[in-house]
Amino acid sequence: MNSIAIQFENLGHAYRSGEWIFQQYAAQVPAGKVFALLGPNGCGKTTLLKILLGALTPSTGKCKVDGRVGFVPQIFQVSFDYTALEMVLMGRARQIGLFSSPTRRDREAALAAMERFGITHLASRPFHELSGGQRQLVIFARALVSEAQVLILDEPTSALDLKNQVLILNWIQRLSRQDGLTVFFTTHHPQHALAIADETMLMLEESKYASGPPAQVMSEANLQALYGVEMRQVAFDYRGVLVTTLVPVLVSSTAAGA
Amino acid sequence: MSLNPVRRHPNATILFLFVALVALMIFSLMLGRYPVTLREIAHILATTSPLHAVGNYTNVPWVVIEIVRLPRILMVTLCGMGLALAGAAMQGIFRNPLVGPDVVGVSQGAAFGGVLAIILALSPMGIVGMAFALGMAGLLMAFLLAKLAGKASTLALVLSGVIIGSFFGSLVGLAQYVADPQTQLPSIIYWLLGSFAGATYAKVAIVATVTLVAGSVLLLLRWRINLFSLREVDASALGTNLDRLRWVIITCVVLIVAAQVSVSGGVGWVGLIIPHAARMLLGPEHKKLLPASAFLGGLYLLGMDDVARSVGNQEIPIGLLTGVVGAPVFALLFWKTQTKGWIDE
Repeated sequence: MNSIAIQFENLGHAYRSGEWIFQQYAAQVPAGKVFALLGPNGCGKTTLLKILLGALTPSTGKCKVDGRVGFVPQIFQVSFDYTALEMVLMGRARQIGLFSSPTRRDREAALAAMERFGITHLASRPFHELSGGQRQLVIFARALVSEAQVLILDEPTSALDLKNQVLILNWIQRLSRQDGLTVFFTTHHPQHALAIADETMLMLEESKYASGPPAQVMSEANLQALYGVEMRQVAFDYRGVLVTTLVPVLVSSTAAGA
Repeated sequence: MSLNPVRRHPNATILFLFVALVALMIFSLMLGRYPVTLREIAHILATTSPLHAVGNYTNVPWVVIEIVRLPRILMVTLCGMGLALAGAAMQGIFRNPLVGPDVVGVSQGAAFGGVLAIILALSPMGIVGMAFALGMAGLLMAFLLAKLAGKASTLALVLSGVIIGSFFGSLVGLAQYVADPQTQLPSIIYWLLGSFAGATYAKVAIVATVTLVAGSVLLLLRWRINLFSLREVDASALGTNLDRLRWVIITCVVLIVAAQVSVSGGVGWVGLIIPHAARMLLGPEHKKLLPASAFLGGLYLLGMDDVARSVGNQEIPIGLLTGVVGAPVFALLFWKTQTKGWIDE
């Protein structure tokens, strides 16, 4: 598939005071690809996501998302203690009429989506009692059951332990490669973007960004400019495969003094 | 922890609540100083109608059932069902189990409207109209005040509701001050305390029409109310416009509360505590919660009214009873919800 799923050009958003958060941003995400957005805190990643979701009108520029959108928020808050299945069923809001309730077909679709993520056994468990990783999978199932074509994720691994981070990253990759979903996600982990993204954008400054394939864009110099910390690219052999990753340079005070 | 058996079989629980409500209505028809047997009640209900008097008003059992007890029981049940339904819907759209018509200025506005209508000697429909208009005005003022404070968050709305509520409370006090102490004041005070003693079929018709129409809309929208639990951005990604829906639901809630206030005065707490109880029983999913709340609300208020009219020589105003019982129950529920079942944003 060569069609473009997400496209924005000359995109900018300003505070009420007139101060720009970002401006003149442009990108194209081909359908079925994984796109990672990186930037320091407060640079406007979430603002850009809200614009893509149609929840915010940009101050300048155009933005187009082609296809049904599913959203996986960073922190999932829900005021009442619904069960996991009830949460997944909310993904059918588009398919269920205004005055209707979920039918057996909707229930079957929800359970099938849960089965896909291996969480059917959690169906009747209260959502609040689930672990961070399980909750994330419930929200993935909700996005899948909404028949989304474009998945937008706000820091999907930020609240997870390492095992669950790997689990979620593998799922993002599978949803793109196997289901043909376009995935747009924000992250604070350069190594995650390097591992699973097809395209990356670094929000360097208010009107300066770097975008392209991760291997090209995520240089030590670019990441140092982005985060203001020393970064090193590390490559090693894992079962015959050369794995490249990026790590911040952290030196303990004892080592530094030695 | 998995779901308890009651929550696993919601339809059976809702059916049980409905059957219990019908049973309590029949029991309430038997309850009172003048003894009427079940057989007599069945005969009277099957063969006569309150609109077509058979014989005359000297037929005491007929008068007791058709003219005194039946309209009252219908009115109490409808008010209880309506208030609990309205409360459950309101808590759903404001994502907060501590919100109710009493908290956001609706009840106080409606009460002032009713008092004003009594002073102006308006008809029963006039009282409904005034209660609705000022109930809606109370809510709108609370909304505007919250908007002025910045975002219309739940906390800002509740605090604004407290301010608007006390403003209308003061206006009610002022109305009492200027009312004629011989003619108007006693009826205002009795009405404000809340009572179903003056039930008539005309009042039943008012409550029934409003509650059934507005209640049906709420029941039809009950699954959608779940979506209000999500954040705006999340709901909009699911293709739902919650803004318009919110106003439809609020209008229905205010109509139901205004209709109740206009016929029976201040009956507090029902819309706050009954949805809590229903939520503890069946969980927060509004498709089940709304019908369960309605039946539980009818059961609760009818039970309270039975107590109000059968304990002691003189009837106790039901508003006093629901207040005395409601506040401690609400305190208990508040403590329970803080420890589990509801996540504070």
